[in-house]
Amino acid sequence: MIVLPVTIVNVTGNNAWGRDEMPNIRLEKLIKRYGNVEVLHGIELDMADNEFTVLVGPSGCGKSTTLRMIAGLEDVSDGEIYIDEKPVKHLEPKDRDIAMVFQDYALYPHMNVARNMSFALRLQKRPKAEIDQKVRDVAATLGLSDYLDRKPGELSGGQRQRVAMGRALTRDAGTFLFDEPLSNLDAKLRGQMRAELALMSQRVQKNMIYVTHDQIEAMTLADRIVVMHGGVIQQQGAPKELFEHPVNKFVAGFLGMPPMNFLNGEIVERSGDVFVVGEGFDLKLDGAKAAAAKTHSSKDVILGVRPSDLRYDANAPSNGSLSLDVLVSEYVGAQSVLLCQCGPSKVMVELGSDTPVALGQTLTFAVNAGGVHLFDRKTEVAI
Amino acid sequence: MRIAMANRMTPYMFMAPAVIIMAIALLYPLGYMVWGSFREWNPSQSIGEAEFVGLKNYIFLWSDPNFHESLGVTLRFAFFVVTIEMVLGVGLALLLDRDIRGMSVLRTMFILPMMIAPVVVGLMWRYMYHPTIGTFNRFLETIGLPKVDWLGDYALTSIIIADIWQWTPFIFILSLAALQSLPRSALEAARIDGATPWQQIIHIKLPLMMPVLIVTGLLRLIDAFKVLEVILVMTNGGPGLSTEILALRISRTATEFRELGVAAAMSNYLLILLLLLTVAMFGFTRWQEARAAKLRMVAQDDDQ
Repeated sequence: MIVLPVTIVNVTGNNAWGRDEMPNIRLEKLIKRYGNVEVLHGIELDMADNEFTVLVGPSGCGKSTTLRMIAGLEDVSDGEIYIDEKPVKHLEPKDRDIAMVFQDYALYPHMNVARNMSFALRLQKRPKAEIDQKVRDVAATLGLSDYLDRKPGELSGGQRQRVAMGRALTRDAGTFLFDEPLSNLDAKLRGQMRAELALMSQRVQKNMIYVTHDQIEAMTLADRIVVMHGGVIQQQGAPKELFEHPVNKFVAGFLGMPPMNFLNGEIVERSGDVFVVGEGFDLKLDGAKAAAAKTHSSKDVILGVRPSDLRYDANAPSNGSLSLDVLVSEYVGAQSVLLCQCGPSKVMVELGSDTPVALGQTLTFAVNAGGVHLFDRKTEVAI
Repeated sequence: MRIAMANRMTPYMFMAPAVIIMAIALLYPLGYMVWGSFREWNPSQSIGEAEFVGLKNYIFLWSDPNFHESLGVTLRFAFFVVTIEMVLGVGLALLLDRDIRGMSVLRTMFILPMMIAPVVVGLMWRYMYHPTIGTFNRFLETIGLPKVDWLGDYALTSIIIADIWQWTPFIFILSLAALQSLPRSALEAARIDGATPWQQIIHIKLPLMMPVLIVTGLLRLIDAFKVLEVILVMTNGGPGLSTEILALRISRTATEFRELGVAAAMSNYLLILLLLLTVAMFGFTRWQEARAAKLRMVAQDDDQ
């Protein structure tokens, strides 16, 4: 049984961990090559004090490589990493003032929990009393006090995860690096640990850099999300900003669950009004969107609409709605996710499960104001 | 009914040929040896003609100074070769556990000595140790140092060196395999925790390799007690009894001294010694497996 530690108090508060100012980390034109293959193409990133930065992207996008370069576990092919304006590219991991939590926890299997957590301090030859005190404090905050004598093999997945975090917390490091720390846990436990992490990051005033492929983790934990794809940063900013104003189709499609729907369309002007027209829809654009679409060079666009911006409304005007043929209904509790056909495209919408829906039925969904996203069909950049 | 019976018997029938061969090739000579060890037995007699003397051969050996000498040589030889080979083999593995160009070629070269037939190794080293035309003494001569009587004054040391040359690679490849199967992330975590390369070896690598190292060491120890050909070719046990390891003494007792009963008894003493080591080894692996199983049981999730 997992007992959520409700008393994460003063892990570092009151300067118990000795620092007010956390280091500022800056990546400058960071490039990574394996042989002739360049996998990271000039990453530029500036992480402010006490910020929870999440690097997110599909596997192979270079997020873990970036993190491992910050940690010093991978060589930097080109560019520089600055910690507090000090170049650290050539420093050993131990000289970079970092702690790291690994995907597979990377606990030392032959040491018990206490010795795992105190390993760094013991290497630093700190006084024994101080080490014991610190281990006890951190163990108490993580609910590990009863397990200090156990070896990692005698712990459950969730407990190992906690020990890995405890080991990082015990260190006097300025920056915490997380490499997909929750991906080895089952779904339920992952949700719990995510909540604990959020709690911890509020109490522990540290820089956190967190790598994940799970956009829900990114959205819930981050102060700032950095979306990466193909070795390039696509967009960075607050979760809300990225969700509402994605700069391109990739970011728009990556964040949000169920994902954004994309429909090919064309910009058409009729008697002063601007419409986006495609097979099965004819939407009138308003305000800023209309102005932007009107001046955009290409008329071929992709219409993006999030499922959450589609509202079931049988009486919606046709120039503000989509008509959708229901193909599949997935019952997920209070809400059902409907997979529908709109012209040649598939569209997902969410609908209260109490609404009676027959497969094959055609339903009208109003598009929320501000719910329309347009992307250039060729460059996939937001208009 | 009959089919069920046949089904039950099938595996035994398939195993039968192997079991019969095992019985003939292994158990029969072993039983013969044990039986023979209780007799005053000359090669010219058949075993039935030999006089039954009970434990006399064993008691005789217990107080035989030559046997003691031989046992001492064997123990010293085994102790030194295994210790030095372990240190060198593990050390080499630690040094070569990295990605350098041409490493695969280097690794193959390192394990070559192990592939050479022991008799060839013996001959090779005998020529290299030769007092006048041997490689070592010619080398010493060219740099102006006095010659050394390798197989005379330093016979035991010399055969220990030859054995180390031949068998260090065995420990090297097993250690290397153990090293390369260590969890990479634990080592990375250690680097981040501030462990120097040396501290990584002491605190992480060696403790995690230990199960493999213990089994490797025991295997080598068992082998070292049985070594024969190399020493037979190099020194034939001499000078005096200084390099007469047990296997060699057994062979000479049977052929030169024509005391088959005593030789059999000596073999049994060696067998008991090796059996103890083997049992220790199996005991160790069993203990480890039991421990791992217990740990898994305990860990059966507290998450539930």
